[in-house]
Amino acid sequence: MITLPRPAPPSARPAMPAALKTLLKARWFQPALQLITLFGFTLAILAGFFGTPAGSRNFGIVFVWIVWWALLIIVLVPFFGRVWCTVCPLPAPGEWLQRRGIIRRTPGKLHTLGKRFPKRFKNMWLQNFGFLGIASFSAIILTRPHISAGVLLAFVLAALGLSLVYEKRVFCRYVCPVGGFIGLYAMMAPLELRVRDCKTCLEHGAKDCVVGNDQGYGCPWMVYPGNLKRNTYCGLCFECIKTCPKDNITIRLRPFGSDLFVAQERRLDEAYKAFIMLGCALVYSTVLLGRWGWLKNWANMDTLPHWLLYAAGLWLFNLVLLPGLFWGAAWIGRKLAGEMKIRDLFVAFAYTLVPLGLAAWIAFSLGFVFVNGSYALSVLSDPFGWGWNLFGTADAAWTPFAPQLLSFLQVGVLSVGLMFAVNTAYRSARQFYADHRGAFTAMLPVAGLLTLITGVFMVLYLG
Amino acid sequence: MPPLIVKRRLILLCALLVFVAVWFVPLPALRASGTHEFSLDMRQFEFTPGRIEVQQGDQVTITLSSSDVVHGFYLDGYQINQRVEPGITRQITFTADQTGKFRYRCAVSCGALHPFMIGELVVNNNFPFWRALTLLGVSLISTLVYLYFGANKA
Ligand code: SF4
Ligand SMILES: [Cu+2]
Repeated sequence: MITLPRPAPPSARPAMPAALKTLLKARWFQPALQLITLFGFTLAILAGFFGTPAGSRNFGIVFVWIVWWALLIIVLVPFFGRVWCTVCPLPAPGEWLQRRGIIRRTPGKLHTLGKRFPKRFKNMWLQNFGFLGIASFSAIILTRPHISAGVLLAFVLAALGLSLVYEKRVFCRYVCPVGGFIGLYAMMAPLELRVRDCKTCLEHGAKDCVVGNDQGYGCPWMVYPGNLKRNTYCGLCFECIKTCPKDNITIRLRPFGSDLFVAQERRLDEAYKAFIMLGCALVYSTVLLGRWGWLKNWANMDTLPHWLLYAAGLWLFNLVLLPGLFWGAAWIGRKLAGEMKIRDLFVAFAYTLVPLGLAAWIAFSLGFVFVNGSYALSVLSDPFGWGWNLFGTADAAWTPFAPQLLSFLQVGVLSVGLMFAVNTAYRSARQFYADHRGAFTAMLPVAGLLTLITGVFMVLYLG
Repeated sequence: MPPLIVKRRLILLCALLVFVAVWFVPLPALRASGTHEFSLDMRQFEFTPGRIEVQQGDQVTITLSSSDVVHGFYLDGYQINQRVEPGITRQITFTADQTGKFRYRCAVSCGALHPFMIGELVVNNNFPFWRALTLLGVSLISTLVYLYFGANKA
């Protein structure tokens, strides 16, 4: 479980099983899945706008914020990385419009204004602020079907609008607030798409994977597979598998969390994504699942000043307090272990929050899936809350599931997250301090901070 | 196997054993046999008080009331589900025989934040919580030991 990643010697990376390759090379594969999710997504929006205003009776709330969310954060991201992006309906209309085609590879250039996306936005900051913005309204979005539907619709329209102006999936890569954290946490997944042999790519001048050919489009995520070292920005659309004439792309299993140690690609915007995600998990666990009614009412905008205070607190906590604590821990570690560029050390230690943050989100999500998962049954039969009974389950009662098992799982997940995080802290510190003792000392303050944070979650859930 | 790997596996195995032991080892029940009475009011979207603490074995009686709309009182782990109309008080009685934190939740859809209308009953001694904190310590210490002695020092 806890081992340094052992990148296979490049040429040793095996090819995919033939059946998988055939599937991923098929041009209908991705659109077929997208059509299914697009159907569910359309239903969610329609239900949100025209169904019952009672969230727990509305498909648009229950299937998006309970079923989809749980599936995403508990199963898809930890085990399959960005695979949601393979099937995601949000960018589909825009992408199909750009291509003027859904399945077949249409010849010629993409149909857009072809503007260049501004360089200063080519990072995660838009996604960071987008997520915080949505998080500030979460108590409202999560509980009002029509507002929730409006947000979803705005996402598609934004994706569509951006795809008219800019080539490829600018929305996914730089804007989508969901895409940001999926990318961050996809570093944990035990699955990766990589080239089999980097040398083949170097020697291949045509770079079909970048520019496209008659088998497929150039990478919609603006990634060059030959350089791929982490899962963060590969949307698993599998175009490169279709285009590469050298059959050099493969999908393979690997140890969990391997991407965390790719030192040269660590960045401040990603570090902040890690802070924001952990911070929000902590805030949600307190506000939504806690016992403080006044906090819930503030988040629910009972009065504007209350909500402003809540939002300010949320932003301050995520952007200042939490990073500040990590900065402090990195600073003490550096004092103990020896001179080092503090900013780099700080950024590196932020990635310890990738495993811990993912664990925290899993624990939080289990907390409401176990309790409210039973709504899915009744909503399936009556998606709009209009009194239908499609599958005979409309009257399924709300029954929270196994509270003791829930706390057991939460404790387990958080403990494993902590172990992973401390391990990450040490391995990263080794990249700064070559000697074992120095690295061990340097990460001790961070290990303490990580333990403290995990402890706070345990107090919230069980204390 | 190289000695380093053996040592690592040993450390991990010990950690796992301690994990299981800490969570499942039976602890003596410190049974009290007092009676406790509480009044608990419900209002969108909170319970007052938001937290009730009793001792394991206590006989607990809660008088429920609502000061706005119809709410419900559902207690995790105790199979209690009581509908409460405004203006009419309801009483529930149960023996707090399991330790830990159990949430009470509104069980009648009462508005937007209904799913998050939550309070807490803590039955002391809160063993699950102490077990969780012990596990936290075990996780930290075993990882540190593993890293300090098991890591490749070169
Ligand atoms: S087309 Fe294939 S071989 Fe050529 S650069 Fe892309 S991944 Fe490498
Ligand atoms: Cu209620």
